[in-house]
Amino acid sequence: MGRLRSLLIPGVDKRLLVRDAGNLMPDPTRRRFIAGGASLGALTLLTGCDVSDSFSAEAMLKKVSKFNDAVQAAIFNPYALAPTYPESAITKPFPFNAYYDLDDAPEIDGKEWKFEVRGLVDNKKSWTLEELYKLPQVKQVTRHICVEGWSAIGSWTGTRLSDFLKLVGADTRAKYCWFQCADSDGYNSPLDMATALHPQTQMTFKFADEILPRAYGYPMKIRVPTKLGFKNPKYVISMEVTNDYKGGYWEDQGYNSFSGS
Amino acid sequence: MSSLAVSDQPRVATTTIIQPAWVRIVHWINAVAMILMIMSGWQIYNASPLFDFRFSGNITLGGWLGGALLWHFAAMWLLMVNGLVYLTLGFATGRFAKKLLPISPAGVIADARAALTGKLSHDDLSRYNYVQKLLYAGIIVVGVVIVLSGLSIWKPVQLQYLTALFGGYDVARYVHFICMASIVAFLVVHVALALLVPKSLRAMIIGR
Repeated sequence: MGRLRSLLIPGVDKRLLVRDAGNLMPDPTRRRFIAGGASLGALTLLTGCDVSDSFSAEAMLKKVSKFNDAVQAAIFNPYALAPTYPESAITKPFPFNAYYDLDDAPEIDGKEWKFEVRGLVDNKKSWTLEELYKLPQVKQVTRHICVEGWSAIGSWTGTRLSDFLKLVGADTRAKYCWFQCADSDGYNSPLDMATALHPQTQMTFKFADEILPRAYGYPMKIRVPTKLGFKNPKYVISMEVTNDYKGGYWEDQGYNSFSGS
Repeated sequence: MSSLAVSDQPRVATTTIIQPAWVRIVHWINAVAMILMIMSGWQIYNASPLFDFRFSGNITLGGWLGGALLWHFAAMWLLMVNGLVYLTLGFATGRFAKKLLPISPAGVIADARAALTGKLSHDDLSRYNYVQKLLYAGIIVVGVVIVLSGLSIWKPVQLQYLTALFGGYDVARYVHFICMASIVAFLVVHVALALLVPKSLRAMIIGR
């Protein structure tokens, strides 16, 4: 676990973001390599980005990232299942990973906790854990791939999100399911509707057949094996079905928003 | 091409083009794309190193993982589109067949020996020796493999058959790294030799 600790990305606040934006630009010596800007200019042509203003690498990179969102949405196959593995392939111990230490992870009382459902749904009632546990559950053994590059195979059991969306009468023509979490600084993440309806996208209540431990997101995480790990929110407290792009904790700091696998 | 250049060697026609314009253009676009991909790739590597070392922040691009990923997934388009243009034109114009083939082991050994003993001729830059043929053909293959292994890391679900071909996600990361290391090694030799034989560098800039 010591090694994993060292891999944690420190949390980045908005002020640091401004500094990071500066870091997106190569330093002057390196900039000489791209001084002509011709090749980068070609990239912006590719994405139809307006470069009439002063050249900004950061703005250009953000536009390409949006273009990449569109490309990934286009190649997303709603019927392609993430590979599944035998139980013997499960990574032990499965890593805990967050921008905080495990000691600082949300500690949630399952009896008090409620899952709030908002937005474009017929039934906006909040769900208790007891009620959610009664819904049909399925198990998957899939590979969790972190944006950092490492991967680990885990076993997750829970309710298909598509079943739940049907149950609450969600407008599945909406663009996103936006999840909010119990983390102290408000982790959140948008999930495109096509992925939300994918058969392996799951409201997860168990890890390795046991009630989801605190490290992995008790009482509920959203398991999305077709997305990078940071698009698999833990300690989820609400879902909003919406057409608005509301951003996300890491997405706002520059991680590609679609981040599909 | 311009024939304004005055040559004191009238036997050599000033219009002789060693590197055609399309080769020069894709070469330099590729150089920029490669540097952006390698430097941002090093920063991405640092987030979860495969080996017991990290790349110094002085030689990486992006500042942090998120910035490096933005660079990597932007420059990849430049690399891929430019690479496809190169492969298409290379086959269509017959350049690959003419310049890179045939490659014989005996020829490679003989030319490698000549190069190491300083006897390799550089008089005719329009013809590659066997070592050059092997390295240039080899680096094209490495270029194809690094793109395919990169795609299999980027899309291990949508392109899962490609990922499986590489032996799975984790193995594909090593393949991607080894390809990068091969390209960097090639680059060191390639740049050193270009500087040793400056007229080859000139040919890649102005064509002659």
